[in-house]
Amino acid sequence: MYRNLYGVNKMSTILNQVSKNYGANNVILNNVSAEIETGEFFVIVGPSGCGKSTLLRMIAGLTEISDGEISIDGQVVNDLQPKDRKLTMVFQSYALFPFLNVWDNVAFGLKARKLDQAEVHQRVNDALDMVSLSEFKDRKPRELSGGQRQRVALARAVASDAKICLMDEPLSNLDAQLRVKMRQEIYQLQRKLGITLIYVTHDQVEAMTMADHIMVLNDHEVQQIGTPTEIYQQPANAFVANFFGTPLINVMPAQKIDDYTLNVDGDFEIRMEQKITDKATKIGIRPGELSIEHADELFANATVKSTEFLGDETIVYATTNSGHDIRVLLPGKAVYAAFEKIKISSSNNIFLFDSLNKRIPMEMGDLVNA
Amino acid sequence: MLKSTTPTVVGSKTEAKTKHRTFSLNAKDKYYAALFLGPSLLILSVFVFYPMLRTLYISMFLTNTLGKTTVFNGLGNYTDLLGSPEYIASLGSTLVYVFAVTVLTVGIGLLLANLASKRLPGIGIFRTLYSVTMGVSVSVAAIFWLFIFNPSTGFFALLSNLLGLPVINWLTDPTMAMWAVIITTVWMNLGFTFLILLGAISAVPTTLYEAASIEGASERRQFFKITVPMISPTLFFVSTITLIEGFKSFGLIDLITKGGPTNSTNMLVYRIYKDAFYSGNYAQASSEAIILTVIIAFFTFLQFKFLEKRVNY
Repeated sequence: MYRNLYGVNKMSTILNQVSKNYGANNVILNNVSAEIETGEFFVIVGPSGCGKSTLLRMIAGLTEISDGEISIDGQVVNDLQPKDRKLTMVFQSYALFPFLNVWDNVAFGLKARKLDQAEVHQRVNDALDMVSLSEFKDRKPRELSGGQRQRVALARAVASDAKICLMDEPLSNLDAQLRVKMRQEIYQLQRKLGITLIYVTHDQVEAMTMADHIMVLNDHEVQQIGTPTEIYQQPANAFVANFFGTPLINVMPAQKIDDYTLNVDGDFEIRMEQKITDKATKIGIRPGELSIEHADELFANATVKSTEFLGDETIVYATTNSGHDIRVLLPGKAVYAAFEKIKISSSNNIFLFDSLNKRIPMEMGDLVNA
Repeated sequence: MLKSTTPTVVGSKTEAKTKHRTFSLNAKDKYYAALFLGPSLLILSVFVFYPMLRTLYISMFLTNTLGKTTVFNGLGNYTDLLGSPEYIASLGSTLVYVFAVTVLTVGIGLLLANLASKRLPGIGIFRTLYSVTMGVSVSVAAIFWLFIFNPSTGFFALLSNLLGLPVINWLTDPTMAMWAVIITTVWMNLGFTFLILLGAISAVPTTLYEAASIEGASERRQFFKITVPMISPTLFFVSTITLIEGFKSFGLIDLITKGGPTNSTNMLVYRIYKDAFYSGNYAQASSEAIILTVIIAFFTFLQFKFLEKRVNY
């Protein structure tokens, strides 16, 4: 479930079977293990309530660890104070001091660490330069826009000079456009500074666009850790497949007809190139793998509900004859009327899931039925 | 008074700019305006405005023992008072009392509120205990503290005996009597001050402390650099309230020292009461009341001028 845990690279953050619970009946996180390499952009993603913020707070030292071990650069930090973990954190609310101006907000931590005056000035000015806030240094937080406040929080992290930076949903208070912009800024900042960035979000797009590695959490457990490509192309289970990609993947029950043919709940058939294992009970089809033909009553296997034209693509929402909602992504503009009968067919670039929703590997060279 | 007040309260800004500036209200509006404003205006007039003006009026006359004005005296009452060493001494002890009470109440209240804001098991008990004096009446507090100050059986006397220290005559030594009154007042004030400050401290977002602790700020630094500035508007509020209440102290003084010994705790309000209702010198009492009003207004103004600028963020 975790990558390369025992190929220990000393300069990294290692979570080893980390758990958090408040009594036996209130488990927040169960056996989370991962290795976060130095200098990488590591995104922890999952739906709300999955424990991702708790995990981040445990790394920061703000929440106690119930079980397991967290080590940073070879040192177990379970019992270290937050300030001794040599990291910095950007909060969702930014945690700016309303009574201090931008400059003093950034300098707060440096003064607390009793750095000498010249160095504080140097670092604060550099950090403000880096996030292009120098001209706002005398303003109070309330005189700044949401994006600027966010930048102050980033500047504080930059100024701290810590090698590990934790971010807890830093973009969730911003509007959509600003979020895209700040996403790029955070990414560039991380690359420029070469820091390890551990970033918590519930937004799959943020995870896909920024991460070197993604940890998917759900139901208090790690579902998968991998690169964005791995997560998208080889999801460990139906949950991960469902969580990534827009429009949503179609997960439907399917029955094996013969070694190479699947019947999707009586609606249509898919011809596979590899032998199909008996364990397969469900399939996942990305909306882009489906195609549609106009069809008369006799050949139709679905009815159009609605369409969404997105410019380059069109999403068709339909209901199959067996009653499953299905999403189809078509290139360009496609015209289908509501209630129109259509015939849907699928490519064989699909995922097979077993009865426990785990993906059955089908890649070339994978041993099917082993 | 009714006629001049009603239109401006009800008329909106745009209406006020039209030609019917003063009489833009129709009969029904006027009726409702009078209906809503009437009761409070009546109560304020009878119990506040009239007594205030009457006090000002009396303060410029001489009065007989029934309180009837006899001879116009101009500012004579005021010049007499400000030339009287006894009055100046009273003013001085009031200032000492008020500043000691304000500093100690806010200081101790802040300390207790900060302690009680920590998330510890059983902290609820302390929160209740510290705020309990809010529910104690002045008379009960006075009796309670008289027992404690009692030089032969009181708690402080027993403590002194136990430690082999000389027993303090809290209520007969002029200096200690002042302290006795200060201690009792601070104790009475603490419940309210504590509760208000605790509320303010609890409202400070925890992420500020978390961010600070990650950045290496000690608890002490967090208190002075985060808690205090964050709750400064509330600190300002409680110190203003305590100051004004301090100037107005009467009940505890009456019940504990009655202004003595040798007038050492004869605060301004208590003096007004004695001059008016014991000596029947209503004119002098009235001018003392006016002076007290001016003093309170002055200190409140100072506080707003110097402190309020620093507490807004």
